[in-house]
Amino acid sequence: MPAARSLWSRLHLRERIRDRDTAVYGVLLIVALVWPMATIFATGDTFLTSQAAHAGTWVLLAVGLNVVVGFAGLLDLGYAAFFAIGAYSYALFASFQLASSPLHHAYHLPFWLMLFVGMFVAAAFGAILGFPTLRLRGDYLAIVTLGFGEIVPQLFLNLDQWTGGINAIGSIDQPSLPAWITGPWAGANDIAIVRDFNFSFDPVAYYVLIVILIIGAVILVNNLHRSRLGRAWMAIREDEVAAAAMGINTVTTKLLAFAIGASFSGFAGAYYGASFGLVSPDSFLFVVSVTVLVMVVLGGMGNIAGVIIGAIAIYFLLNSVLSSLPANLQSLSNAIGLGWLNNSNGAWPGLSELAQRLQFLLYGLILVLMMLLRPQGIFPSRIREQELKHAVATEEETVVEQAHAS
Amino acid sequence: MSEAPADRDSILELTELTKRFGGLLAVDSVSLQIKRGEVFALIGPNGAGKTTLFNSVTGMFRPTSGRVVFDGRVITGSKPHEVARLGIARTFQNIRLFDFMTAVDNVKVGRHVRMKAKVWDSLFKLPRERHEEERVTEEAMELLRFVGIARFANHYARNLPYGQQRRLEIARALATEPKLLLLDEPAAGFTPQEKVELMELVRKILTRGITVFLIEHDMKLVMGISERIVVLDHGEKIAEGPPEEVRKDRRVIEAYLGKSA
Amino acid sequence: MSVGDFGFFVICLTAIVLLAAQAVVHPSEFAQILVFGLADGAIYALVALGYTMVYGIIELINFAHGDVFTLGAYVAAAVMGFFAGTSEDTFSVSNLVALLVTFPAAMLLMGAVNITIERVAYRPLRNAPRLAPLITAIGMSFLLEGIMFVWSGPFTVHVPDLLPHGPGFNTTIGGVFIEFKDVFVVVAAAILVSLLAVFINRSKLGKAMRATAQDRDASQLMGININRTIAATFFIGALLAGAGGVIWGLYFNAITYNLGFRTGLVAFTSAVFGGIGNIPGAALGGMVIGLTAAFSDAYIGSKWTQVVIFGILIGVLVFRPTGLLGMRVPEK
Repeated sequence: MPAARSLWSRLHLRERIRDRDTAVYGVLLIVALVWPMATIFATGDTFLTSQAAHAGTWVLLAVGLNVVVGFAGLLDLGYAAFFAIGAYSYALFASFQLASSPLHHAYHLPFWLMLFVGMFVAAAFGAILGFPTLRLRGDYLAIVTLGFGEIVPQLFLNLDQWTGGINAIGSIDQPSLPAWITGPWAGANDIAIVRDFNFSFDPVAYYVLIVILIIGAVILVNNLHRSRLGRAWMAIREDEVAAAAMGINTVTTKLLAFAIGASFSGFAGAYYGASFGLVSPDSFLFVVSVTVLVMVVLGGMGNIAGVIIGAIAIYFLLNSVLSSLPANLQSLSNAIGLGWLNNSNGAWPGLSELAQRLQFLLYGLILVLMMLLRPQGIFPSRIREQELKHAVATEEETVVEQAHAS
Repeated sequence: MSEAPADRDSILELTELTKRFGGLLAVDSVSLQIKRGEVFALIGPNGAGKTTLFNSVTGMFRPTSGRVVFDGRVITGSKPHEVARLGIARTFQNIRLFDFMTAVDNVKVGRHVRMKAKVWDSLFKLPRERHEEERVTEEAMELLRFVGIARFANHYARNLPYGQQRRLEIARALATEPKLLLLDEPAAGFTPQEKVELMELVRKILTRGITVFLIEHDMKLVMGISERIVVLDHGEKIAEGPPEEVRKDRRVIEAYLGKSA
Repeated sequence: MSVGDFGFFVICLTAIVLLAAQAVVHPSEFAQILVFGLADGAIYALVALGYTMVYGIIELINFAHGDVFTLGAYVAAAVMGFFAGTSEDTFSVSNLVALLVTFPAAMLLMGAVNITIERVAYRPLRNAPRLAPLITAIGMSFLLEGIMFVWSGPFTVHVPDLLPHGPGFNTTIGGVFIEFKDVFVVVAAAILVSLLAVFINRSKLGKAMRATAQDRDASQLMGININRTIAATFFIGALLAGAGGVIWGLYFNAITYNLGFRTGLVAFTSAVFGGIGNIPGAALGGMVIGLTAAFSDAYIGSKWTQVVIFGILIGVLVFRPTGLLGMRVPEK
């Protein structure tokens, strides 16, 4: 009964795939829930929760870029440009900035609206940029997006009449809600419901918001992944010529990936503008695009859960391990009696300064090593790993079938 | 694409089709007509321009001149995806599967052009989309069974044995619901046994009302299944007719075996 | 001529007409900018050659190339500091000796660095998916910048002014101030590019490089050692970039660790503009982009130059992806 057998193994395989995904998402969700409680309980303040909320911005970016790079296989080296567009869209229309512009009138549009405006503006720019360039070969797209990524922050810098240029846009409006739960973590005595809540009162609110946004984004991207469109993207990634021969309009399909990816970036940008409260042209440089790309690649392109973990890992590496390196080295050298290393002397800049300077070098080194050692990422796409196990199973199956036949 | 006055019997009609690469005439003013429901073969030595002709029909290349009429429509210069939508599907000489997708997903990609789900349907997994997905999975499995590789459904395309990859490519092409199926050397590298099985498969495909247009090197196979044959040499059509006639044609023998034979 | 080509030529023509108008209205100002532009362009050309050669042979955008250029300038600063006595002399024999040592030292060292990068970071990934070597190249770029950052911190490094300068080594022709170093930059670049052209066209290795760029597999079958040929490409590209770095240092007398990122992108734009993979194209593209940057600095404002350059990059790829002189990639 080979037919029944293979059907069984097929169902079984599906269950396994679903199980593993569910498990990873489940663990991530539990960690997300426990994190603020645990850290606030342990440290007594909300610093680590704010950090996690900030890391969430990067997760959102990585999930979005994964659509472009992981699903559709398009090289985007200017992803930060769309992030900037989203952030500036919000910052301009939710601060006093435009009062000092030629408009002489400040706008304070609600965050909840601008979240989606930022998304659509970024998507529109993605479409405008993608339309003429997506017909080009893969490398050329990388170069065009790189150029775009260099132009956009420069424009925000140069158009200082509107954007404040190098002075950045500060005191950006924070989101507000009609009601919210407050508690000891926000300085209140008891857990209670407050009315007319403003996010500036409570950093935990940003954390809750970004977790909800990420959950929403992951559900939507997952839906896309297992759909007609998601398959078309993968087909283009695997073999564009064959995809076209199967009736897929490669240009519009790629354009959709590009615009959807850009919309995530714009969305994340609006959130970033609100949560950080400051939007400056130098927050959107090439290194941002590269970092998001590295998160996607490290997580195993196309694998959404992996990309989330990759994003968190890289964020942790950059913002915790590397940035605390100078201080850690300094205290270490003091502790082991080499305190003199900390003083600068002639050409020796001092240990802490040296460590400060080393960060960039180490980041480069990590990128190179990562690509050389695991070019497919730490968590290769789910199925790629699956196939290895499955190949063995099939062999056995074939043997059984042959035995039946003879 | 305009309506063209056409012979209702013919599904594909090439008129003086020419494709030139720089100084090289890859296809030189070839005219031919393929009738509905027949197996039509294109043969010729290596470099005769057979695959170029396929590419010119399916929109991979824009013909330098000439006309392609498919099912009563002029499709000269149409894009590949438009051609596929109209009902021409193809396989490739060097198998071009989506390597890192499962066999069943490969076939489902073939179904893409007949599916209706829009971005919003997929984003929010609307019931309509879900039903379509279920139906398409069923249809894809059905096609895998049809070509006899159902048990590989959840394997990566690139992990399939060579012969099954060729079959998968055919299943994927069939998923687009073609009226005309172009097979580019479907039996290349096959054992005699596999060739026999392939001939059976081609006959099964015919019973679905699909016309088959194939390029093949194996003369025995070609003579066995095709009703009519066109022979290309250096881009030119040198013979046309039923297998037994073509086999005796002096120019064909020369083209294949050289002048000495 | 396609619509894209037409757009490309219309834009080029408009730019030329506007510049010609400037040339007629303010001839001496125009000529002065021209001198700056030619000197800049000569350096961009040297760097662009490395990008174009590497892309031509392994289709990799070698992001680290711009930083190899900067590293060349850093090495030059160190070597010059060691050899030159009093750098501010207008002309001295010891300065000349320092120069004669610096050029080969920086060039050869950069060649060695680039070969090492290729061997360690790119060769293992030659058959990996596109993204892997690209990220490695970016990582290498960060790594090199990181090394220079550790070396000098965020500060500007002074490169001694060893070229003959001061009274007697400049002249004013028709209101245009020309220094010895302006001439030196252009002549030095011209000599290097000519040597490269002769090498590529005449030598056995040069022919092997062209053959490998055309078709790697076929070249291998013809007995060409692919690894050696690719290594040679990186070596020669780095020789030029190293020389470019030294020349940049001598011309501007100031360098920073991150100079290579911007300069590299501009040089890469030059390579794309000339038709990537096309060696004369890269040289020409460098000159055109250098002039464009100079004119943009003068007539539009220097803060817009970057926007102009990358606008050109995008425009060229959209309208005419084969660049000014076209690619060597044959139709397949």
